[in-house]
Amino acid sequence: MGSVRVFVGTHKGAFVLSSDGNRKDWQVDGPFFAGLEIYNIKGSPINANRVYASQASDWFGQVVHRSDDGGKTWEPVSNLFEYKGDPGTHQWYDGTQHPWEFKRAWVFEPSPIDADTVFAGVEDAALFKSTDGAKSWQELSGLRDVKGHLWQPGAGGMCLHTIVLNSHDANQIYVAISAAGAFRSLDGGKTWQAINQGLHSSYELPDADADVGHCVHSIAMHPDKPQTLFMQKHWDVMRSDNAGELWHEVSGNLPSDFGFPIAVHAHEPETVYVVPIKSDSEHFPPEGKLRVFRSRSGGNEWEALTKGLPQSSCFVNVYRNALAVDSLDKCGVYFGTTGGQVYASADEGDSWQTVVHDLPAVLSVSVQTLQ
Amino acid sequence: MIRVILPVHLRRLANIEKEVSISANEEATFGSVLDALEEQYPMLKGTIRDQISKERRAYIRYFACGEDYSHHPPETRLPQAVLNGEEALRIIGAMSGG
Repeated sequence: MGSVRVFVGTHKGAFVLSSDGNRKDWQVDGPFFAGLEIYNIKGSPINANRVYASQASDWFGQVVHRSDDGGKTWEPVSNLFEYKGDPGTHQWYDGTQHPWEFKRAWVFEPSPIDADTVFAGVEDAALFKSTDGAKSWQELSGLRDVKGHLWQPGAGGMCLHTIVLNSHDANQIYVAISAAGAFRSLDGGKTWQAINQGLHSSYELPDADADVGHCVHSIAMHPDKPQTLFMQKHWDVMRSDNAGELWHEVSGNLPSDFGFPIAVHAHEPETVYVVPIKSDSEHFPPEGKLRVFRSRSGGNEWEALTKGLPQSSCFVNVYRNALAVDSLDKCGVYFGTTGGQVYASADEGDSWQTVVHDLPAVLSVSVQTLQ
Repeated sequence: MIRVILPVHLRRLANIEKEVSISANEEATFGSVLDALEEQYPMLKGTIRDQISKERRAYIRYFACGEDYSHHPPETRLPQAVLNGEEALRIIGAMSGG
């Protein structure tokens, strides 16, 4: 039947939610790293015991923790992320140039091919790779060559927050940066190109169709369809069918096309999930109704999924790394909120269960499917 | 031996109880004792000072003998009472409220 582990990173620690394949009864373990911000916690898709956690705080900086027993026990493994060479400068909020400064790791993406390889997306934006299970990190600095001097921080900082790996081709890597845009490598991270054609950011950029500078919030891909990408941009839900060469909008009938996360169904490459947020200045669901929207047609036609979710007076946010799916049958869908709730659906989003409702604000949710 | 007291999160990270004892000579400075602390507990590298620049993190303070030494240069010699082990060097995480 299989089972699942849901890893939840919060403002004040990490939690591990476990269930069997029915996904009705949950065991809640934690807090791990109590009192500390856990930006991301993620398990390997090919080694069920291997999990990485990013502890980051203004007090004590960045520490990477690793578990080799599925999240029961942890050890600090590294905290040195050194930019390769002189990283130079990027745009600052006032338009001046500002030195590149490491602040934290926003996201880990363990390799679907090699159990000791893991990627980290960091702030100030860069991609790091470890081939020794996070003990040491090397920057894939070619990414910064793609007009890095024009990248600029969004309100949350200049972060590389999304890494999409192709389980059939280790050379193909997609990343997304706020606010720089989407980028692709076809040689394992040595060289990169911006893939932002078709994005239109008239409220955010002086040149709405610029090569770089777009505030991409998240990208998702089905592992069996690596040329098709879905994007939640600052505003607009977008789709590309040629590995990011060209994007077109698929926001369709969404009540708002602003939002942070996006996810693709584990078994249906044309089924996509988003959580609309009212606007960039009002980070809560439209009309106070917490609704996940699902498209079964790859975008444009969206249906609201509301059963089990609060439909009045709900004013939480759902961050970009706080929506995830499992690969059981039926596909499970999970998300966490800034109000500390974690919701789970064992039926592709048709109905939702509140797994926990009073955690610290949720920063990230990821799932490890155990077969 | 020099006694060093760390904030609770760093004690948990380094898996230590309350105090750390660091070997040091009579010329020990704030910088050299932090070097020795990080040598003894490598997981603390980067949590008190930046790993590369060695600058104190903004929300960390160094207290000893009722004084705040946070803004003293790292080559400042430790107070005699700390060198004698009579007083501890206290590494403090800034207060936060809400």
